[in-house]
Amino acid sequence: MRLRTAALLGAAIAAAGLTVAATAQAQNEQFIPGLIYRTGAYAPNGIPFANGVADYYALVNERDGGINGVKIVYEECDTGYATDRGVECYERLKNKGPTGAAYVNPLSTGITFALTEKAPVDKIPVISMGYGRSESRDGSVFQWNFPLLGTYWSAADIIMQHIALKEGGFDKLKGKKIVLVYHDSPYGKEPIALLEQRAKMHGFTFTPMPVTHPGVEQKATWLQIRQNRPDYVLLWGWGIMNSTSIKEAAAVGFPREKLFGVWWSGAEPDVRPAEGGAKGYHAAMLQHGSGQFGVHADLKKYLYDKGKGAAKWDETGEVLYNRGLVNAMLGVESIRKAQTKFGNKPLTGEQVRWGIENLDLSAARLKELGFEGMLQPLKVTCSDHEGTRAGRIQQWDGAKWVVVSDWYQSDDKVIKPMVDAAAKKYADEKKLSVRDCSKEG
Amino acid sequence: MLGPFLETLIGGLLTGVLYSLVALGFVLIFKASGVFNFAQGAMVLFAALTVARLAGEIDNKEVHLANFVVAAAILGVALALVGWYCWREYVARGSGAPERRKIQMLAALGAIVGGGAAWLYGKGAWPMWLAIAATAAIMGLLAYAIERLVLRHLVNQEGIILFMATLGIAYFLDGFGQTLWGSDIYTINLGLPKDPIFLLEGVFPGGLLVDPGDLVAAVIAAALVVVLAIFFQTTRVGRALRAVADDHAAAQSVGIPLKTIWLIVWTVSGFVALAAGLIWGAKLGVQFSISLIALKALPVLILGGFTSVPGAIVGGLIIGAGEKLSEVFLAPILIRAFDLAGGGIENWFAYVLALVFLLFRPQGLFGERIIERV
Repeated sequence: MRLRTAALLGAAIAAAGLTVAATAQAQNEQFIPGLIYRTGAYAPNGIPFANGVADYYALVNERDGGINGVKIVYEECDTGYATDRGVECYERLKNKGPTGAAYVNPLSTGITFALTEKAPVDKIPVISMGYGRSESRDGSVFQWNFPLLGTYWSAADIIMQHIALKEGGFDKLKGKKIVLVYHDSPYGKEPIALLEQRAKMHGFTFTPMPVTHPGVEQKATWLQIRQNRPDYVLLWGWGIMNSTSIKEAAAVGFPREKLFGVWWSGAEPDVRPAEGGAKGYHAAMLQHGSGQFGVHADLKKYLYDKGKGAAKWDETGEVLYNRGLVNAMLGVESIRKAQTKFGNKPLTGEQVRWGIENLDLSAARLKELGFEGMLQPLKVTCSDHEGTRAGRIQQWDGAKWVVVSDWYQSDDKVIKPMVDAAAKKYADEKKLSVRDCSKEG
Repeated sequence: MLGPFLETLIGGLLTGVLYSLVALGFVLIFKASGVFNFAQGAMVLFAALTVARLAGEIDNKEVHLANFVVAAAILGVALALVGWYCWREYVARGSGAPERRKIQMLAALGAIVGGGAAWLYGKGAWPMWLAIAATAAIMGLLAYAIERLVLRHLVNQEGIILFMATLGIAYFLDGFGQTLWGSDIYTINLGLPKDPIFLLEGVFPGGLLVDPGDLVAAVIAAALVVVLAIFFQTTRVGRALRAVADDHAAAQSVGIPLKTIWLIVWTVSGFVALAAGLIWGAKLGVQFSISLIALKALPVLILGGFTSVPGAIVGGLIIGAGEKLSEVFLAPILIRAFDLAGGGIENWFAYVLALVFLLFRPQGLFGERIIERV
């Protein structure tokens, strides 16, 4: 009897100890939600990105034991690139973990639009790296949005600068015809304002041509392109729409060298299905391209050699996988930055927001992180939530992407007035109080 | 102006034939069972994925060969047994009780064929003809499973119940297909020509562009449509199918085996899905979006009637040509005239076109006119 009591007591103490330990461990975890898509029409592009994100968080946990000792708990939710499902995922995950979601990456401009109004209420920052509302770079109005690395206005401007350079200057664009083939969604419509502005400035004809979701039927669009014979076509597609556009361009004989995709139309799943038809096609780069860099050596050592990688090793140098790595790294470094102010503990979304807004990644720090060659230094401020506006152009040579340009900086003389006007309009419509960034420390 | 018009018209008609092919799958099942098969698009995707993955390059790290050999052997057994069952039911009916030895031999044969096929799969890509044949067999098996597990239990139920059941099948097939074969974009290489053809270059500047891939695909689709039309109009099975469509119970009472008819029609529909999957897969790449092509068949069905094979053909041509012409010529006029925000109109305009036709012929162009006396 005594033995049984002792055994029960021992078990109870052990269970209590385990519970306390588990709770303590849970108390030292930073929760990050992942709004991704591994199913549906856009899965071929969503999967490599999701793998890159998952691998980077796993790497930080395996190699460093978390962010300054705070373990990352990462949970995916499959949105299928649908805005309603994205909002549902956000609602389900926003309060998880000891401090709620650190930030959210919607991975869809439509979901970003929907969360832009929820984020200030829930106090969760929205990182839309390379997508989202272009005017949301204005942190005085969009306090919770961070379109890091580049907006669509930056992307369109970089492509236009490249085309102008090839033509011998912007003045040589007068009388030229430029068409935008775009995904008929908030994402696809984003560059229209910038391209209309550029058309007004330089005297070229700009024609936007919509393609309805998912973009598998584009015959009418490309027949019009053949009939109108534009000088250049810009492509703002996603998923199967991209490869279909490239195939149709080949079918109507439009030169692929004159077809320029945005950085979401410039990955391996976009060109491979078009086979030989994709050779010569250009796309903007969200700074990084394909290939393996310093961080990949760590991924191999800590994850892939141990069979813990999310992708296949051969795929870890692909464009969208690398973009997932970059996206996760910027989030982790923002938390690290926020820890310098709030302490090495799990942080709330509001605290992490401060970290993103004060993120300052130097060349030396990028090298230390293994991202040298992928990114240029970036510095986020209260008034500039984009952080950097640099990009390059790459070309598909039939087997791999080749960088064919030097770095471009999008022209803020053109973009800044547009951002200011659009942000002011948004603030007026929503009756938002605008921060005075000159007073922010 | 005439040149661009003709070019758009030709492109639209060729695309329309491909819509007809998908619409045909719906018509077949509706004719035989009065069921609107929502799963037709999912069947197209499943068939295309199966062909693409069997015929595609294999990443050896991905395939656990031993597991696969076992799975394929089981599949082989199942296929052999289905073959035996069909033979007993439809060919040798009344020839006596099945012999145990025959079953054993067929199962062994199936295991050998299935296992051998898996070994071949592990060695590398299958030849295209073998992948297509295997997929046809798998579609047959799928038809059997649907009839045995779903439809048989719903005989004499309301049409809406059967429709809801096909909704479930659609979601299952979409998800299962991607879980089994992956969600990437896979290619099917049928060797369709790719270099554009230019007609009447002397008459129109730049000539009239015709996509030879679309042309070949349209010819294949048209041939299939003709074969099926003949099958339904002239054969005994075709007549039995029509009888079943009119009334399940009455057809059964005069000795038409309902189970058999449903199995045949779902199998044929599976083959049509395979043909559509091959053609659309070769054109676009095989990926989830292929299942959405089924939505393109809906206005075709509204226009052509749910029960008419010729209706599917003519409806497909009208919708294909109508949507392309509207997108190229009507959309700019509408946008300019009414100062609209813009956006593609071809997707919804196809439905408008179909609804306009319905105003004049509520049963569709070739649909059967339903007169019910009260």
